[in-house]
Amino acid sequence: MTVQRLTFAKGAKHGLPILLGYLSVSFAFGMLAVENGMPLWAPVLISLSNFTGTGQFVGANLWAQGAALTEIGFTILIINLRYLLMSLSLSQRLSDKVTMWQRLLIAFGDTDEIFGVSMQQRAPLTFGYMMGLILVSYAGWVGGTVAGVFASAALPASVSSALGIAIFAMFIAIVVPPAKEVRPVTMVVLAAVGLSCLFRWVPGLNRLSGGWVIIICGVAAAAVGALRYPACSMTEGDGDA
Amino acid sequence: MRNGFLLAVIAVMALVSYLPRVVPLALFRRKIQNRFLQSFLLYMPYGILAAMVFPDILYSTASLISALCGTAVAILLAWRKLGLLPVALGAAGTVFVAERMLVWLGLL
Repeated sequence: MTVQRLTFAKGAKHGLPILLGYLSVSFAFGMLAVENGMPLWAPVLISLSNFTGTGQFVGANLWAQGAALTEIGFTILIINLRYLLMSLSLSQRLSDKVTMWQRLLIAFGDTDEIFGVSMQQRAPLTFGYMMGLILVSYAGWVGGTVAGVFASAALPASVSSALGIAIFAMFIAIVVPPAKEVRPVTMVVLAAVGLSCLFRWVPGLNRLSGGWVIIICGVAAAAVGALRYPACSMTEGDGDA
Repeated sequence: MRNGFLLAVIAVMALVSYLPRVVPLALFRRKIQNRFLQSFLLYMPYGILAAMVFPDILYSTASLISALCGTAVAILLAWRKLGLLPVALGAAGTVFVAERMLVWLGLL
């Protein structure tokens, strides 16, 4: 296989499948954020400034529940800790010519999918290639959000009441496929669900505020999983920017 | 007031989304070797998401029965690897139908 130079055009081309995938996810985000009570501009601003899947859904959900700023910030920070690993790997693959401010831009677009596609390239990753990949994906993410916001405004009340479950169903769609196939994830998910139910239904424990319960359950379950299965490599992560 | 708080939430969300991405790219050039830490970071999002869904999903609709129906359909569709949007719409559609039936039966 000949190693070709990675250009902007090539990055943009590789970004097209990501754009298509992002359209549906961000459409759902725009719709659900408005159903959760956000003003129309908010989901668009979130997609513009966050550019991350899971964190945005979780943030919109916690905001709707009236969580405190620290809870929201801390929960999303914990969810996003996985980016530390991806950015670390990415930094080893970048071309030597990539400057510091270019690294700062690339970091903004280091989503699960963009990371996955760029890691498949053999040649050193150039700034142009990364920008092609990121800009096309970003267009899909923001465009889908705008479309979702307008779609929600057209919904009748009886339909929108049924959408209360939709955000949770989306989380299920993210979690179930890897939990079905990767054994450690199965265990982490079941442990987190068990703990979360304990904190809800056991008197005394249920006085703790929701955001912190989620952090405790998620961290404890992931720690147990990592202790039992410390050497798992998995490539699942579809749908989650 | 409410919009001011929302803007603060969005700013904090953007900050905690960008920081974990930019710090390794800007500062560190070494790889994490610790296998526990690697898998811990890998599993964490799933633990967090699972804890968010249960048991809250059971209280997310007008009735426990419709919530259980919607949850079952969501798990089934996700098990078959349908995308996020089909799973969400399938669950919401199920809740809609279930609640119309509950109204018709006089249970809601």
